[in-house]
Amino acid sequence: MLFRTNPSSGVPIYLQLMEQVKHGIETGALRPGDQLPGIRPLAEELVINPNTVAKAYRELEHEGVIELRHGAGAFVSAARGRKVTDNLRAGQTIVASAVEKLRARGVTDEEIRRLFEAELAGLRTTGGHRG
Amino acid sequence: MADQLVIEAAGLRKHYGQVEALRGLDLRVPAGSICGFLGRNGAGKTTALKVLLGMARPTSGEARLFGLPAQDEGASVEIRRRTGFVSDEKDLYDYMTVAEMIRFTAPFFPRWSADLEARYLRRFELPPDRRVKALSRGMRTKLALLLALCRGAELLVLDEPTSGLDPAMTEEVLQALVAHAAGEEMTVFFSSHQIAEVEQIADRVVIIDRGRAVISGALDDLKESFRRVQLVFDRDAPDATFRAAGVARVRRKGRVLSVLSSAGAQDIVNEAHGLNPLSVEVAPVTLKEIFLETVAVED
Repeated sequence: MLFRTNPSSGVPIYLQLMEQVKHGIETGALRPGDQLPGIRPLAEELVINPNTVAKAYRELEHEGVIELRHGAGAFVSAARGRKVTDNLRAGQTIVASAVEKLRARGVTDEEIRRLFEAELAGLRTTGGHRG
Repeated sequence: MADQLVIEAAGLRKHYGQVEALRGLDLRVPAGSICGFLGRNGAGKTTALKVLLGMARPTSGEARLFGLPAQDEGASVEIRRRTGFVSDEKDLYDYMTVAEMIRFTAPFFPRWSADLEARYLRRFELPPDRRVKALSRGMRTKLALLLALCRGAELLVLDEPTSGLDPAMTEEVLQALVAHAAGEEMTVFFSSHQIAEVEQIADRVVIIDRGRAVISGALDDLKESFRRVQLVFDRDAPDATFRAAGVARVRRKGRVLSVLSSAGAQDIVNEAHGLNPLSVEVAPVTLKEIFLETVAVED
């Protein structure tokens, strides 16, 4: 599994790492029981703050995506429910088709990203009385 | 330990004659963090570092390192013993060789690590017999860094550590800092005007402008709370004011209204709907944008 972070993006680095681990699991690049790189080696390899890697791992553990075994390192959880995976897979198909349609209309990737962000921000505020 | 503050300063002021270098600077740097201290040239970065290290006396206000008062003579000795400082000038003796410089420095520090010394000599590929005078800028930086890293310091204070270095050398220095911070229990406070390197290795950031901290906090929190909301109208954008908390700047240009928020987008998006815009877009904000929006332009 190859991690790549972009410090200059507006997205916090720990979120980028979390997304990459999740994406790795969704695509099968990471399987249940697989070990993730140690905090220190990964921080050194990516030249990022070790606290940032630790935060990403902590959050992933909190979400049940990985397990931190004391002294042994971080491992991809087996406990991830099938339903979650199914939902994500279905979601991926929906997103992929939406992105494809938008691209076909000439909307740039950056615009698509902003549209998603706006929609999510908007949903969160109006979601209560939407339906 | 996690919440312990290694650097704590409140209301620091420093006047040089008519010039106010610091105008009420507050700083809080928790143990174990790598904190980037960003500001334009002349914003007060070097003065702040000097006050922290007891090398300059503040006109008013107080600074504490490890809980010790920086202005106190006795405490200042203790502070400097526990702190590695790499100044912008990289204070080295030109007539010494690399090896002599190391042998000269080591005895001052009881916790000097010979293991680390050997490791960094190798890692930095420093030629032991070369005179300091004949070292390149990058080599000088690496030697100064070696001298700071090997003394077993709990706090490393660096004044523009990568200024004048090429990208490869910069990466090497950042890598050494990250590796060292991961291995030892250490706090790093480094000044810079390179936003990219602060974003890369810092978990906390302080932006200083005209002697005052304008932004201060965890980098992740900043990136998660700053948002730009862009509204497009089918007419000229209205001259709207927003009640939402955290509105840092509102710009109108033609049919576009752009709102920078330091407290998320939700409330602004909510309010914006009342203005009937054609579209509402929310985008994350990079540290570079935050920097440019919060420091004052020439005046």
